[in-house]
Amino acid sequence: MSIRHGLLALLSQGPRYGYQLRTEFESSTGATWPLNIGQVYSTLARLERDERVTRVGADDEGRFVYRITPDGEEEVRRWFATPIARTDRPRDELSIKLAMAVTTPGVDVVGVVQTQRTATLRSLQELTRLKADAPAVPAGQADRAWRLVLESMIFQAEAEARWLDHCEAYVVRADDAAPAERTDAAGGTGGTGGAAERPGSGVRARPDGAERARR
Amino acid sequence: MNVLELHAVSRDHGAGAGLVHALAGIGLSVAAGEFVAVMGPSGSGKSTLLTLAGGLDAPTSGRVVIEGTDLGTLGRSGLSALRRRHVGYVFQDLNLIPGLTAIENVMLPRELDGAGTRRARREAALALREVGVDELADQFPDEMSGGQQQRVAIARALVGDRRLVLADEPTGALDSNTGEDVMRLLRARCDAGAACLMVTHESRHAAWSDRVVFLRDGRMVDTTGSRSGPETLLQDVR
Repeated sequence: MSIRHGLLALLSQGPRYGYQLRTEFESSTGATWPLNIGQVYSTLARLERDERVTRVGADDEGRFVYRITPDGEEEVRRWFATPIARTDRPRDELSIKLAMAVTTPGVDVVGVVQTQRTATLRSLQELTRLKADAPAVPAGQADRAWRLVLESMIFQAEAEARWLDHCEAYVVRADDAAPAERTDAAGGTGGTGGAAERPGSGVRARPDGAERARR
Repeated sequence: MNVLELHAVSRDHGAGAGLVHALAGIGLSVAAGEFVAVMGPSGSGKSTLLTLAGGLDAPTSGRVVIEGTDLGTLGRSGLSALRRRHVGYVFQDLNLIPGLTAIENVMLPRELDGAGTRRARREAALALREVGVDELADQFPDEMSGGQQQRVAIARALVGDRRLVLADEPTGALDSNTGEDVMRLLRARCDAGAACLMVTHESRHAAWSDRVVFLRDGRMVDTTGSRSGPETLLQDVR
């Protein structure tokens, strides 16, 4: 859907050739989502079928200019006015993997989390290098748009890293709580390797941890 | 050329039943021009690592080497001198002495080290210019914003020919844009040849580094690897 609406939004600024749409789409998004020209023309064909755009005239090489229709303009207005529903997004593979890791016996969940965290930090480093290398003042509208896309990716990577921290703390806490209940019942005092933490550390057994871990 | 090297460094606290391994078998080097971030949950040993790297505490076993000198071979005064000459610290807050102006704060470590006032002032002015706040030279800390104070603290950390910066959550008290300015500045100082070891819990800030190392339960569990150098820069001694 984002290509359809992206192209319509560009056409709402005035008629354009197909290749022009591709160039402008990519420069606005910093080539984050490269488009092939086939995608552009197939999307334009659907927009034409839905009467959101019309073809007007052609240049010497037979390339058409596309113009937005009133219905198309209405769709762009609606797109900008409507929030993107979180449920419309594709399922997140990482969440599914973590959920499976927690419920599959013998999987080192903390190891899975750490492997992902390292990979996430690596891509965050790459994104930050792009940001660091960019000149202090944006070169124009397209450059400004690209930086917003870049920041969006940085925020998403950062959120993923924070969520991974949360997952790890949750798993460690649940793991610590499970043996603690058993030793309480047996009246023992021996600690486990995982529980041998510094006083004042954030990793601590909580009575409700085992309950939640079982769910 | 490594500015800082940790070889199989361990630090225990307490004894007997209360014995805790705060750090165990850490091997880590930071080269000139390199920016290394340390991440890990609270209690993972991040701050202990920084304290040992700066010679503020001694390891139970292992060696800490700064600019080629093994800290274990130094007496108390030798250690103080080495810290003053080679190591700068940037903390979350309480960085500057309130009764001194910006330039006096930056001059202080050089004067303590025996540099004459004129020379200390000249070097301090240069350091302030390098971090972009030379116009604040005669202001007191409470007349500056948090971001400006942190810039002055970085100038003080790097004044003279010191090139090892140890930073503990240096953006902690700052809003996100100012925090990013501080990261840009540390990045620029590293690109100009400084070596920085920074503890942070913010992945957004750690991402400005060349390499992120992850600690858990006092052990180094993973690293993003170095941008330019080979993986051999990190020797996980376990």
